[in-house]
Amino acid sequence: MEFGNSGCLSEDGIHVDMDRLKKGEVNLGTSIMAVTFKDGVILGADSRTTTGAYIANRVTDKLTRVNDTIWCCRSGSAADTQAVADIVQYQLGLFAMMNGKPPTTQTAVSIFQDICYANKDRLSAGLIVAGWDERHGGQVYSIPLGGSLHKQSYAIGGSGSTYIYGFCDANWKEGMEEEDAVNFVKEALKEAIKWDGSSGGVIRMVVLTEKGADRHLYLPDTEYQVRHE
Amino acid sequence: MTSIGTGYDLANSIFSPDGRNFQVEYAVKAVENGGTSIGIRCKDGVVLAVEKVVTSKLLKQGANKRIATVDRHLGVVYSGMIPDGRHFIDRARDESRSWRDTFKTPIPTADLASRMGGYMQAYTLYQSVRPFGITAIVGGFDSELEAAVDGVVGSGPSVGAGGKAAGKKYGGPFLYMIEPSGLYWGYYGAATGKGRQAAKAELEKLDLGSGALSLLDAVKEAARIIYVAHDDNKDKEFELEMSWISGADGPTKGLHQEVPKALREEAERLAKKSLEDEDDDDEKKEDDKMQE
Repeated sequence: MEFGNSGCLSEDGIHVDMDRLKKGEVNLGTSIMAVTFKDGVILGADSRTTTGAYIANRVTDKLTRVNDTIWCCRSGSAADTQAVADIVQYQLGLFAMMNGKPPTTQTAVSIFQDICYANKDRLSAGLIVAGWDERHGGQVYSIPLGGSLHKQSYAIGGSGSTYIYGFCDANWKEGMEEEDAVNFVKEALKEAIKWDGSSGGVIRMVVLTEKGADRHLYLPDTEYQVRHE
Repeated sequence: MTSIGTGYDLANSIFSPDGRNFQVEYAVKAVENGGTSIGIRCKDGVVLAVEKVVTSKLLKQGANKRIATVDRHLGVVYSGMIPDGRHFIDRARDESRSWRDTFKTPIPTADLASRMGGYMQAYTLYQSVRPFGITAIVGGFDSELEAAVDGVVGSGPSVGAGGKAAGKKYGGPFLYMIEPSGLYWGYYGAATGKGRQAAKAELEKLDLGSGALSLLDAVKEAARIIYVAHDDNKDKEFELEMSWISGADGPTKGLHQEVPKALREEAERLAKKSLEDEDDDDEKKEDDKMQE
């Protein structure tokens, strides 16, 4: 099994080898994002999972719950990111029971980061963690390949994100209404799906607010116009 | 105690037929002989104070501190067997450090009290150990600001996070007392050690629950209470040691620190004065009686 220069910084000390999947590994060649808005956060993702050129799943759910109002967007190896999310879900469940109150997003991201950093040479996981709690409201953190932790107003990730940096920068506004934020995510992901060969399928979203988690589904059949389910 | 000599007091993990663990009760006796410790939780902070009985004239004044800092925002004082207290503090430091490692955020006072309560309780269960000969008072100030994650890069949206529950307050001053059995409760005012009865009576007069007392006044009250509690033990000399914790906008900026020397000496002066005034009052009353 070949690993390439996995986990090693190259000579310039900046660029990390992005192509570090093992042979035959299922890849989430992906478009994911999460944004803060007036009442909380919204996570969004496409639904394509590939094994090389083959689409292994066209309706994947890349938005994973780790606690009631803390979710993550997964990119990279499907197996790795599922395993990490499972561990964090267990830890947060235990935390909630032991402390008699739900964990904060801070707690969740620090557990995510610990795992991603400690196993950086073995994992290919690019995560965006977003959550709502009553003390801090909505927050978005991104944990890219090396296991660093970044707090952001909004975050984009996966191979499809390269195509929408300009779109997001031009259209992003702080403190949007929910409807505007949903539209922003949808339009950004539509663009990513249009240009990125390894992104596609449906658009999934999760809206996290004081009211809890609200799922959205948009199908390509209706040009992503109609909210299904 | 009538049950002494029945054998039920010879080990931990053996109940007496009437459901008591004598080893724990003996540990409480060890505490009752120690110098008085108190804690006051007031509206904008916590004060800890201890009466250090001077056991030798050869000890350096002001050295041999009895109040320990466990984390930036946490202080512990205890009465009873000092080496047991030292070990308790080592453990408390480990707990707060491991909490930071896991959650990248300071341990809340309530969680430290819970962890340490559990630790003390474990020492009542096994044949191979004895209970802690201390009662510890844990004071802390949990940050009222938004919790940060250690080492995070970036700050999020400049408008701040949306969707916060309005009008709620978080964090603030907290005070817990942990006994040799592992029992712990949260308090507005806590006292343990030799002078605890007198100290408790004084604490109750302060009406701490109403949140009227300021941190600065609490420092002065703490000094006075230690002096009052020492009054029954007058033949022995003692030193007063005090620490305090305020919020981020207060004098200690959220940290647990020793009370500055000038303030401590001022508090001690007032404490002595108030004791003398009381004595004068007593004398006057006696004079009145004489005149009758």
